[in-house]
Amino acid sequence: MTVVDDRVAATSDRTDRAGRVGDSPVRPDGAAKVRGEFAFASDMGVENMLWGCTLRSPHPHAGIRSIPIGPALAIPGVVAVLTAEDLVGTPVYGLISADQPVLASDVVRYVGEAVALVAADHPDTARKAAAAIAVEYEPLPRLTDPAAALDPATPAIHPDGNVIRRMAVEHGDSGAGAGTVVVEGTYEVGTQDQAFLGPEAGLAVPDGEGGVDLWIATQWLHHDRDQVASCLGLAPEDVRLHLGGVGGAFGAREDISLQVHACLLALRTGRPVKMSYPRDESFVGHVHRHPARMRYRHHAGGDGRLVKVEAEILLDGGAYASSSWAVVANAARFAAGPYRVPNVVVDAAVVRTNNPPCGAMRGFGAVQVCFAHEAQMDKLAAVLRIDPVELRLRNALASGDVLPTGQTITGTAPVRECIEAAAALPLPAPAQPESDEWLALPGGVGRTADPRRVRRGVGFAVGYKNLMYSEGFDDDSEARVRLEGGVATVACAVAEVGQGFVTLAGQIVRTVLGGARAVIAPADTTSVGSAGSTSASRQTWMSGGAVLLACQDVASQVLAAHAERRGVPVQALRLTEDGRIVGAGADGGDIDLTVAEAAGPDLFEATAVHRHQRTVPLDDRGQGDADVSFVFAAHRAVVDVDVDLGLVRVVQITTGQDVGRVLHPTQLMGQIEGGIAQGLGLAVMEELVVDDGVIRNPSFTDYLLPTIADMPEVLATCIEQPEPGAPLGAKGVGEPPTISSTAAIAAAIRAATGVDVTRVPVRPWDLI
Amino acid sequence: MTAEVQTPYELTVNGRPRLVEDALPTESLLFVLRERLGLPGSKNACEQGECGSCSVLVDGVLVCACLELAGATVGCEITTVEGLGKAASNGNGESDPLDLPDMLSDVQRAMVEAGGVQCGFCTPGFVVAIHDLLARNPAPGPLAVREALAGNLCRCTGYGRILAAIQSVVDARTDDARTDDARTDDATTDDGRAVDVRVDGSRTS
Amino acid sequence: MTVLTPQRLDGALAALAEDPSLSVVAGGTDLMVDVNAGRRRPRALLSLRHVGELRTWRRAGDQLVIGAGVTYAHLLDPRLAALAPALAQAARTVGSPQIRNTGTIGGNLATASPAGDTLPVLAALDAVVDLASAEGRRAVRLDDFVTGPKANALQPGELIVAVRIPVIAGPQEYLKIGVRNAMVIAVASCALVVDWSHRQLGCAFGSVGPRAMRDRRAESWLASEIDWHARRARSTTVAERFGRWMSETVSPIDDHRATAAYRREATAVLARRAVERVLA
Repeated sequence: MTVVDDRVAATSDRTDRAGRVGDSPVRPDGAAKVRGEFAFASDMGVENMLWGCTLRSPHPHAGIRSIPIGPALAIPGVVAVLTAEDLVGTPVYGLISADQPVLASDVVRYVGEAVALVAADHPDTARKAAAAIAVEYEPLPRLTDPAAALDPATPAIHPDGNVIRRMAVEHGDSGAGAGTVVVEGTYEVGTQDQAFLGPEAGLAVPDGEGGVDLWIATQWLHHDRDQVASCLGLAPEDVRLHLGGVGGAFGAREDISLQVHACLLALRTGRPVKMSYPRDESFVGHVHRHPARMRYRHHAGGDGRLVKVEAEILLDGGAYASSSWAVVANAARFAAGPYRVPNVVVDAAVVRTNNPPCGAMRGFGAVQVCFAHEAQMDKLAAVLRIDPVELRLRNALASGDVLPTGQTITGTAPVRECIEAAAALPLPAPAQPESDEWLALPGGVGRTADPRRVRRGVGFAVGYKNLMYSEGFDDDSEARVRLEGGVATVACAVAEVGQGFVTLAGQIVRTVLGGARAVIAPADTTSVGSAGSTSASRQTWMSGGAVLLACQDVASQVLAAHAERRGVPVQALRLTEDGRIVGAGADGGDIDLTVAEAAGPDLFEATAVHRHQRTVPLDDRGQGDADVSFVFAAHRAVVDVDVDLGLVRVVQITTGQDVGRVLHPTQLMGQIEGGIAQGLGLAVMEELVVDDGVIRNPSFTDYLLPTIADMPEVLATCIEQPEPGAPLGAKGVGEPPTISSTAAIAAAIRAATGVDVTRVPVRPWDLI
Repeated sequence: MTAEVQTPYELTVNGRPRLVEDALPTESLLFVLRERLGLPGSKNACEQGECGSCSVLVDGVLVCACLELAGATVGCEITTVEGLGKAASNGNGESDPLDLPDMLSDVQRAMVEAGGVQCGFCTPGFVVAIHDLLARNPAPGPLAVREALAGNLCRCTGYGRILAAIQSVVDARTDDARTDDARTDDATTDDGRAVDVRVDGSRTS
Repeated sequence: MTVLTPQRLDGALAALAEDPSLSVVAGGTDLMVDVNAGRRRPRALLSLRHVGELRTWRRAGDQLVIGAGVTYAHLLDPRLAALAPALAQAARTVGSPQIRNTGTIGGNLATASPAGDTLPVLAALDAVVDLASAEGRRAVRLDDFVTGPKANALQPGELIVAVRIPVIAGPQEYLKIGVRNAMVIAVASCALVVDWSHRQLGCAFGSVGPRAMRDRRAESWLASEIDWHARRARSTTVAERFGRWMSETVSPIDDHRATAAYRREATAVLARRAVERVLA
């Protein structure tokens, strides 16, 4: 197991202030990662281990008549083959509602649904054995059109029905809008995949007494544990989850994938079982971003001020519900964009189909509606002949404004500042590539470009979403800090997926417990309570907050103990902002030492649970104080387009992002650039092509991620208005870069080509 | 004359002879490194040559280990990420974490310090590819860097900090003073003013 | 199950003669993808990695003889690139540096994909493929070697040993459309080679039909529209008309990468631009 130790951070000479909040200390697991010694879940292995493999449905919708496992069992090296008949616990699971079978028994509802499991002594043997199981399927009519799924006449493909959630957000006067300028549009967002590089992987080790330990790459250890225990029919304490190194997540690891499967095989065989998905299996092994169809109508006065926004939103949730309930609520709440809109009518639905299941992906519903509402704003700007940036400034939300849900923004809302900052950053120089600098032209080293046929366009977009969970979800995070002999050990079950929480935890320790060295204990379900999910841009606020509270508690204990040792009242001493204890000594002299020095060799420990303020569910008109906090970002994109071939090169992206407070400048820039890369992917190259329920491109050959040669220059200005109620004043930073970057690129493409781009990703033939 | 590769066979990895036993002849070099030789540093993000996470050097040439038939690399010099930087102290490939910072190559150190590492899954492949690039071209221009690393995907970083890391290595190796350091990390305020945080800003291409 | 690693060509051919069912692997960039995915499980493999003779090239008078084991990276070598510029341009677009370092021109020929990047260049140059077996050698025109999508004329026991193309005096262009700046399979591609000395040209298109496509009538027409002395087109509409002609000749399909209609339009644009560049 990779130990995450602060001496690695402290020995870096990058900063002489030993890496407190606001500095950019190196991440403590970085050295192991660059040496290839960091243990990802897919790297783990033990003696006597078996390899697990999953047999999956080739049909989008079919009945199962039989699953003949005999031929698989007969293959030498195969130790176990399991089907739904072998399940002893709850046979279904799910993030919000438990609607998905652990293993299909009588019906499969999407291509890739798990049907049987094999354990063997070599991964290729397991795969061969799975292929030897000739399941008898009876294909059923497939429901692949989300509009048909909305129709009550369409037969239900699941006992819970075809409509997962339909909801309204109605604010103001739905009849308002007379005498206004109206622009309409229909927009589409294709299916994006999170495509984390580290494949789904886990190692399940039975403990010989009916329980099991699972090392797993995931986003929420405790929620996984609860689902796994339920499905195994075990008590939670008999199922212990440990975080295996995670190779990225972006929402795709919120749902469980192989967790129950690996444990089932381990408990059946009595041996450790490792499962690691190859890439093509990964594409069907996790949920995707909801594809969306949206119809909008914007009404505005002649001065550009929005009067009413109407939107019909249809998300395709695929075969199982996952987090669709919450994704559609996001789409509905943020449908109008970060603007003052007195009248809003939104009808949003997420439906069940036999397409691949969809769920959480960075941006979570706000990405899709942002593409639509920003396209609408540009249409309005064109009709009214108002500059697109000016139009947005005129309508920008501010702190104190009322949202379409009726909630008032009580925190910060620097929308104007974000827009102005993104617009103020310098534009790139005009394209003047030297000969053979093909990479500086659309089409790259394919040498297709004719510079005379390249047009440059600039586009702008703004977006927002919630931080933390919503609609009354009571979220919390627990952390324990233990200071002894100058070493502060942090136990917090946060799933580090690359975002850098392990770095932040150390920064908090070194800030509050001055002089202490931080050690971040490995994350598991037994040492400490739940830290909640690494999602919704919530960990800095929730778990950073828990670590902060625990550190502050420890510091107070140290102060009290030191006061007693020095014979002064507690009130004579105080804690400084840089982790020192200062005050007047009994003899009139000064006391000034670090918390660590004051603690000496003694043990101090504190456990803290951090909660956020209450939220409430939305009523049937979508009204309610459903969110804790909001975060905003603006993007400007510059693109060059070969107008005869429809090939796009993104030249530059600038952003103004609302961050509350910069906690780690380098890691923050990494989140911005990484999120913008995903936004760029959705704009011009990333799409799961689903054809009548079948994914046509489940591989990196044809699901195209941006390479280093596709990424533009990124310039960022971070707006710091500390958020009241946020620990450290900081807002989450992971999602905002993905929300409006896609829309900005689409806007730039429209500007360059004059084509009314109404769909992302934009394909070359959309532009010619 | 024809040479038959039977199991067991011997591969030369990071300068040492390593015996491979009980291997299926169809196993890739990546599989053998990870599952038989205890060298899991090279990663298996796609196993089809489309991501570069398994990048290694075979006879000094940058290739994807997933596309190399292990049995065909007998007689070649194979270098993995574990062979860069200083060797692990205990011979089992495990380093004492406290010693790690002193055991990094300049490329490895730069990747960590510039923020080029997030989840880390692409990182070993990048480290090997960057070492290879700079060994062949000590001062590559911005487009040349991008073309040389276009076979290494990263899903977390957006490549900006990786490019910054490479530039810092190039600069340090050529002993140039860095004159255009755009870092302003002390410009924090608490009165709500916008702050420009351009951290070692990405280079214009 | 075995892996054979001969050091010499005659050893490889002898092994193949003894067991024609051996799966031959050079760079592995096609075969190993299938092996890793479990789609192919070769019983026995013949690796050409160590057969040095296949990894060389030489100029023989007006011919360039390129060994089947020459990698895409090797095709980018300036000395070779100077003699076969379009081949170097095509090689630069293949995959990634990792792929280019190990993938071979022989592999590109053997796989015979409709999207194979070197194939339009070889087609435009009227390449000849040299095959060998334990029984002897034969030369096959490219047109006869690639028989259809992913189909070639290799007989059991045969290996590709080299491909021969003419060294010609004149400009060469290769253009390839992909949605991303690296690691893309061609959506459409065009190779145009012009021979000033013989007043001839060849123009082939990839990914717009089952094999690289030429239209020799169109080429003759284009040749007749060139002022060979001045090395320019006789009129300003020649390039565009040639592009239109080719867009009607090709037979692209719809697939998950692109539409047939786009490929057809792209053919017209690529052809026009290639012609404009060589006659500039």
